[in-house]
Amino acid sequence: MKDINILAIESSCDETAASIVRNGRTVLSNVISSQIDLHTLYGGVVPEIASRKHTENINPVVREALSTAGMKLSDVDAIAVTYGPGLVGALLVGVSFAKAVSFASGKPLIGVHHIEGHISANYIENKDLEPPFICLVVSGGHSHLVKVKDYGEYEILGRTRDDAAGEAFDKVARAIGLGYPGGPKIDKVSKEGNPDAIAFPRAKVEGSVYDFSFSGLKSAVLNYLNQCEMKGENYVRADVAASFQKAVVDVLTEHSMTAIREAGMKKFALAGGVASNSALRASMEEACAKEGIAFFKPSPILCTDNAAMIGAAAYYEYLKGNFSTYDLNAVPALKLGER
Amino acid sequence: MKIIAIDSSGMTASVAITEDDITIAEYSVNYKKTHSQTLLPMLDEVSKMTELDLNTVDAIAVAKGPGSFTGLRIGSATAKGLGFTLDKPIIEVYTTDALAYNMYGTDRIVCPLMDARREQVYTGIYRFKRSDDGFDLETLLKPSALPVEEVVKKINELNEPVIYLGDGVPVYKDKFDALTCVDHVYAPSHRNRQSAASVGALALKLYKAGRYVSSDDHVPEYLRLSQAERERKEKEDT
Repeated sequence: MKDINILAIESSCDETAASIVRNGRTVLSNVISSQIDLHTLYGGVVPEIASRKHTENINPVVREALSTAGMKLSDVDAIAVTYGPGLVGALLVGVSFAKAVSFASGKPLIGVHHIEGHISANYIENKDLEPPFICLVVSGGHSHLVKVKDYGEYEILGRTRDDAAGEAFDKVARAIGLGYPGGPKIDKVSKEGNPDAIAFPRAKVEGSVYDFSFSGLKSAVLNYLNQCEMKGENYVRADVAASFQKAVVDVLTEHSMTAIREAGMKKFALAGGVASNSALRASMEEACAKEGIAFFKPSPILCTDNAAMIGAAAYYEYLKGNFSTYDLNAVPALKLGER
Repeated sequence: MKIIAIDSSGMTASVAITEDDITIAEYSVNYKKTHSQTLLPMLDEVSKMTELDLNTVDAIAVAKGPGSFTGLRIGSATAKGLGFTLDKPIIEVYTTDALAYNMYGTDRIVCPLMDARREQVYTGIYRFKRSDDGFDLETLLKPSALPVEEVVKKINELNEPVIYLGDGVPVYKDKFDALTCVDHVYAPSHRNRQSAASVGALALKLYKAGRYVSSDDHVPEYLRLSQAERERKEKEDT
């Protein structure tokens, strides 16, 4: 069979990314231009600044993706682009650019769901991973427990009712003076702390075993900090970080294992930015090993927002002939499994 | 010299294909629908209708600003994608310059007005100056974001008959009527909004003068910082 090379573009948040992916599994290039330093000044991603930066970055990023892969646009079989969910202004840069490239090159266009991309990141390094499996997608904007029934077919088992897991990391990191981005900073500091030092709550959502709620946990951390302050006591930052992280990881692990058992699945995969959290990886690996479940996770570089994962997801749409038309729009609140 | 021209800076979405002194096609829509959905299908439609061979296109012209931030980026990202793929340059045209060009040849001064929110308009002031090949567009006030009162003050100071046009007119017409001391008229419906054909016509002049950039180098000119940057700057200043 002929090789299918897809040029994928991702601009849903603060990374401008482009990649060439062959047959959905082989990454020929994976270029990511991060704007994190710019947004750190503001303590979080500023949508307008992100959108402006994408406009500046998109040509060099796409050019580099092609040149690293040793390809010209004419060698590519399709143009894939993230069209949601994400920041609308940021998404629009990638979507508008990709549509114009598709139009001018005559190559088909494939709109890809960002979360579907994160899930598909697992296909890249695990050549034998195939659906069905359970996937936990956790990032700054998302916390989803998903049953991957087939390529492009998903059933959402649970989602967060309030903050995304990564959002909780960011907020707690800010509160204990670690700054932005919170995830990697808490991960690092926690290694020096005692995860059992403080008993933060493991929140359950009534009537829904798979849903998450992290705002209560975040409030518990803030209350704890306030109480320390009122009593004039110093808190141990590493202990707070480690105990908070443990509380998040425990809930994510427990819900995931319940889903695996209930669905009778033998495979589990992590995905999304928070999937590079070392405590979560260790916890899920251990829990899966205990029950004989095959555990998959992308390398940290494929956990973060990238375009290779978009190219991986797009390949399976390509095979099905699911192409987008030129009225493809950015959909900031796009639901998984929706088109 | 064949140009694909795009203007999505305001409420109007407009694409045109121009060749030298002919507009081969123009497609403009003034309807509340997102440009991100309409712009490329419009270009696709006119391209098919005129059997455009994309390999014969020499340059992409785009209204670079001022205007709606999101609208500008849709136009710019589209222009960049076309320029990148076809390996053709981008001719950047100020939105207000192109709007003024709708009024080509008038002996009045021309003042485009685009609603910029916050009681401001994106504007410029222009005059057509007779030259060897017709008229040149002379800029009396470069593209700016200004409060309505300041624009009218400048118009009154120039003390010449004026034509106003643009989507800022319906928003601030009462103010302009009340404050303008010179003879003033408003452009009619067929000429009072962004037109990609005007962008294309002006782009041809700029191209001949060597004024174009690579698709890598093109970015919109917003004339304003983002709100976050503005607030940060204000904080730093105080």
